[in-house]
Order: sequence, then structure tokens, then C-alpha cells
Amino acid sequence: MNGLVPGQMQLSGRGVICVRGGREVFSGLDFEAVSGEAVAVTGRNGSGKTSLLRLIAGLLIPAGGTIVLDGGDADMTLPEQCHYLGHRDALKSALSVAENLAFWADFLGGQRFDAAESLAAVGLEHAADLPAAFLSAGQRRRLSLARLLTVRRPVWLLDEPTNALDAAGQDMFGGLMRDHLARGGLIIAATHAPLGIESRELRIGGTA
Amino acid sequence: MTALAALIRRDIRIALRVGGGALIGVLFFLTVVVLMPFAVGPDLALLSRLGPAILWLGALLASLLTLDRLFMADHEDGSLDLITMSRTPLELACAAKALAHWLAAGLPLIVATPVLGLLLNLDMVATGAVALTLLAGTPALTFTGMIGAALAVTLHRGGLLMAVLVLPLSIPVLIFGVAASQAAITGPSSFGAPFSILCALSLVSLVIGPFAAAASLKHGLD
Repeated sequence: MNGLVPGQMQLSGRGVICVRGGREVFSGLDFEAVSGEAVAVTGRNGSGKTSLLRLIAGLLIPAGGTIVLDGGDADMTLPEQCHYLGHRDALKSALSVAENLAFWADFLGGQRFDAAESLAAVGLEHAADLPAAFLSAGQRRRLSLARLLTVRRPVWLLDEPTNALDAAGQDMFGGLMRDHLARGGLIIAATHAPLGIESRELRIGGTA
Repeated sequence: MTALAALIRRDIRIALRVGGGALIGVLFFLTVVVLMPFAVGPDLALLSRLGPAILWLGALLASLLTLDRLFMADHEDGSLDLITMSRTPLELACAAKALAHWLAAGLPLIVATPVLGLLLNLDMVATGAVALTLLAGTPALTFTGMIGAALAVTLHRGGLLMAVLVLPLSIPVLIFGVAASQAAITGPSSFGAPFSILCALSLVSLVIGPFAAAASLKHGLD
């Protein structure tokens, strides 16, 4: 479709309508992103940034319009090719850092990379045996990021990804995102703060 | 398969850690059964006649105690989102979670039954009969309770709502569980008929439970 280079992907939405709790959050939203591109979704509070990410992840059903990924793995649905990093970090306090990561790697399946290397990449290698209950908010976020590195998926859906990260963490995260884009991945991030990488802005819900 | 095995392993591990559900269920079961002789009085004949019913009620309440967290915990920390998005069908993931819950919270109740049978003046045969009916019947409690646990997530209400929803569904299991135990102890009716129905109830719930729970969770996406 529309002349994509082999191996290149395009995520596109056409006329997407989002209704939540009987209220129309946004309607007629068009967007697209191609491999190697980051899209920063901006807008005031309540404009539907998180809703858009959840629509792409298949966690909300659009009231209208379509969202498709062209050029991805034909055997997999769009949500199966996405990583969703939401406000909630999907970590179990009772399990150690390494156990949390190993569980998601086993459960999500697919191509798998060394968990210890991922932990080192996010700066948590010294905490591998620590129960997740003892992690700070920033460390929990780093552990969530390690999940994205251990299990590779082409589409990253990030909701306020830099929240709770310190300056060094944001630099580290910027590097991870650049690597992901260089591998041909694409990123959709809902954010208030600058992402720290070159990105295209998608503004929802008019001007603030 | 690795995905389901990983999910079962994780849930069991969490249940066995400090503050997990496994030990709490057994302690609650123990407490309920120990309280009974104090309430009923020291009449040994009466106790052994009520024994199977007391054990069944205790097991029912104990298995409900931890069931409401089955999906709520995963919902609160966002795990449920990732489970929903994954390649693993949600029905299978629900079944795996219920199986893990039964292994961690249901099986210990059955293991504890012989000890508690002593407290209720039940002989070996009676205790064995109750343990056998619990083994056949508690999966039905877990797999029907799972529907209530999923509804609790969908409706954003935990705890008591789930007990109110699930207890009526467990009435048939309770009736045939106690009937089969009584038949084995006192006769004269046969043990086979109520026990077969109990097994049938468990098998039916094994099929219906995961689909109903998954349907509820999908409907409640937000």
C-alpha cells in the first residue's frame, strides 16, 4: 500500500472518533507515523492523549474511524506489535526486579534479548534481586523501560514517559528512543515535557 | 504455552510470598472451623454430624476471601492492560490465573482438611470423604468466583459486591458437596450420584468461567 519501502512500516489513523463515558473526547482525528519517526501527542489535560494511545493499543474501542499498521508482521494484530507504557507500571511489588522482568519476557514472548543487559541499559543492574516494593518511582519507570528493551516490538506507545525520571534518566531514555528509531521502530508519545528527541507534534483538541 | 506457564508461576509465587493469599486462606479456614465447636457446644455427636457442612462452609468462605483480588490487583497495577494486548487469548489467560489461584489457595485447604476433621470429631472415612468432595468441588468455586472477580473489575467495585454475586452461584456446589460427604459417612443414599454431579459442576465451570470472565473484562475496557 502507498509505496512503502520493504521493511518500513506506517501506522495511520483515519477519522478516529473517541467516546468515553458518553462524551466525545475527540473526533475526525487523522494521524500517521512511519518507521524511524517519533510523534509527540500534545494537548491540554483531558484532551484525549492517553485515550489515543489506548485506542492504538486496542484497550479502547474507537467509536468510528480506523487505525492500521501497514508493513508490520501480517500474522500479528496491531496491539500485539505494540509496547504500551502507561501511568501504571505493571510491576508486582512482591517480586524482585529480575523476576518482574523475566515474567514479562516469558509472557509477551517473541524475540527476546538479554534481561541483564536491559537492566544495565536502564541503570538497574545493581538492583536485580531487590523486591520491586523498594524501588523509587524513577526506578520503577526504569524497570518498565527495561521491558521494552528485553522484548522487542516495533511500536512504542508511551504515556508521559519522562515522568519521574531524573535528568540523567531522561538522557538515558532519549538514547534508548533514538536506538529504537534507528532500528526502524516508531514511537507515539503523549507528553507535556519535551521528549528529548526530534519528533513531530500531533496536537489534539485545538489550541490551548 | 510458555506464556501461560509464566503467568501461573508468577501468580503462585506472589501468593506464597509474605502477605500473599495462600496462607491467609488456610488461616481463615482454620479459624472458622475452630470457632464452630465454641458456638455449637461440646456435643461430639452433633459436631461430627455437622462436620462436613462446617468444613464445606469454611472452605467456601476461605476461597472467596482472596478471590476478589484475582483480577483487581492486575487491573490496579496495569498488568491487565498488557495481558489483554498480548498474543495469549484472554480466555486462556483467565483460565491460567484461576488455575494458579486454585493451586495456591484451594489446594492448601484440602491439605488442611484432615487436621481440621480431628477438631470436629470426624473419623478417617468421613475426613477422607470431605477431602475428596472438596478436591472435586473447589475448582467450581474458583472458576465461578472468577466471573464475579472479573465483574468487580468491570464495575470498579471490589470486595463485598463480589461475595454477593458469587455466593448464590456456589449454592449448587455446596448442596452436592455436602450431600456427597454425608452419603459417604451415614448412607443410605449412594455417594456416586451427588459426587458425579459435583464433578460435572466443576467441569462446566471450567468451560464457562474463563469465557464469561474474559467477556466481562473485554466489555469493561477503559
